[in-house]
Amino acid sequence: MSAHLARSGPPHAYRRKASTWWWLTRWPYFAFVLREMTSVFVAWSVVWVLLLLRAAGLGEIQYRQFFAWSASPLILISNGVTVVMLVYHTLTWFNLVPRVMVFRFGRRPIPGPVMAGSHYLAWAAVTVGLAWLLVSR
Amino acid sequence: MNRITMEVARYRPDQEEAEPTLQAYEVPYEREWTVLDGLNHIKDEIDGTLSYRWSCRMGVCGSCGMMVNGEPKLTCGAFLVDHAPGPVRVEPLKSFPIVRDLVVDIEEFLTHLVRVEPWLVRNEEKPIAEGEYRQTPDELDIYKQYSMCINCMICYAACPVYALDPQFAGPAAIALAQRYNLDSRDQGAERRLAHLSSGHEGIWACTFVGECSVACPKGVDPAGAIQRYKLTAAMDWLGTLLPLAER
Amino acid sequence: MSRRRTIDPVLWMGFGAGGTLAAIVLPALMALLAVAVPVGLIALPQRMDLLSLVHSPVVRVGLWLVFAACLFHWAHRFRYTLYDGLQIKHLNELIFTGCYGGAAVGAAFAASVLWQIP
Repeated sequence: MSAHLARSGPPHAYRRKASTWWWLTRWPYFAFVLREMTSVFVAWSVVWVLLLLRAAGLGEIQYRQFFAWSASPLILISNGVTVVMLVYHTLTWFNLVPRVMVFRFGRRPIPGPVMAGSHYLAWAAVTVGLAWLLVSR
Repeated sequence: MNRITMEVARYRPDQEEAEPTLQAYEVPYEREWTVLDGLNHIKDEIDGTLSYRWSCRMGVCGSCGMMVNGEPKLTCGAFLVDHAPGPVRVEPLKSFPIVRDLVVDIEEFLTHLVRVEPWLVRNEEKPIAEGEYRQTPDELDIYKQYSMCINCMICYAACPVYALDPQFAGPAAIALAQRYNLDSRDQGAERRLAHLSSGHEGIWACTFVGECSVACPKGVDPAGAIQRYKLTAAMDWLGTLLPLAER
Repeated sequence: MSRRRTIDPVLWMGFGAGGTLAAIVLPALMALLAVAVPVGLIALPQRMDLLSLVHSPVVRVGLWLVFAACLFHWAHRFRYTLYDGLQIKHLNELIFTGCYGGAAVGAAFAASVLWQIP
């Protein structure tokens, strides 16, 4: 602890300075920072999809080259980690929705499981839809 | 009788101490003994110079909040047996200046609390002749959870945003603002929002870590209160876009 | 009483919209295209099939909205991560500009890509 006298309050009151590594001191803090870092993987996903669409637009050779590049170990592992982090985002996001969106319908609030459940339903629907669109029959 | 070592933070600025240290005490305990019982034993039997706050010893006054092995707890509700064989480290509540030993300066919290006007605010008072402000059980339900706050500041010790910036109003103050915002008798929501809308001190500084709600000994969900407040502020902002919307 | 309009509610709504869209759309999209295809679990979609999927202007606008929202979600969240996590609040303005500006650049790139697809 570095000596740090408080600016306000009783004379000689001692203020402990927060460490830069505060998020490593407790598991819930680490899980929180991990959750926040999912945003980086969200951004990377958008970039990757845009690069894919651009390659598709440019021609067959560029399209195949893009997927060859995506199959390279560095990119493939990064995207594997990306998928894991995206799922972590989805799960943490949906679990928090009921605490943010509290709407009263008549006398009672809409139950938390209904709020979360509707999101999971949408996720399932879009997932099935994308699979149907992208997996060749 | 069992014995356990309690490592208790000491800070005696009157004795020219520059920073806090840990002092070890061996304390006997029964199964029902809390950390507070241990501290009281130390003060009564071993070292009368130890300073700390406590009062009701049953979890309703909010005085005895401290860090127990790094977790913010009401020491009257933390049992020594749960930390056996020990040692148990007892330190002052995190994120507040230490006055002496386990006593922290709570002025910052009180300032934040008063600023949100945690009382019923009326634009017009009803004359007494018109009778009471009546409230149905359902209307009570809407804010009841947030009224359970005992101002123990454990949520502040758990909040990393407050740890980094004590200018942040903090979980309890905002939850208590919501307690009144959601009270059907209150008319002060606009005033409180005006105060809590500022960038890094109000509701927008919160990043929904959620540890405040985990730590709360009274089952209040300050994190949820703050996110709901953000949604209210967002709806309010959208409302200002509609020229004919009621203000 | 006049209300001072701050920008925070707007930023938060953008963050929320982006976060919800990202949560619903991105996992399947990346799992299928970025992992399953390269490892050979599913066949590479025909380029012309993909292009016909995104051909309609409605789809392109819709995709742009999803991409822009997701990028905005990153910007808002990352801004707070830098502010709190690294405690570099003295670089506040730089972080603000870098994050939301970066999202704007990304959105512009997305618009350019979606516009130029045949």
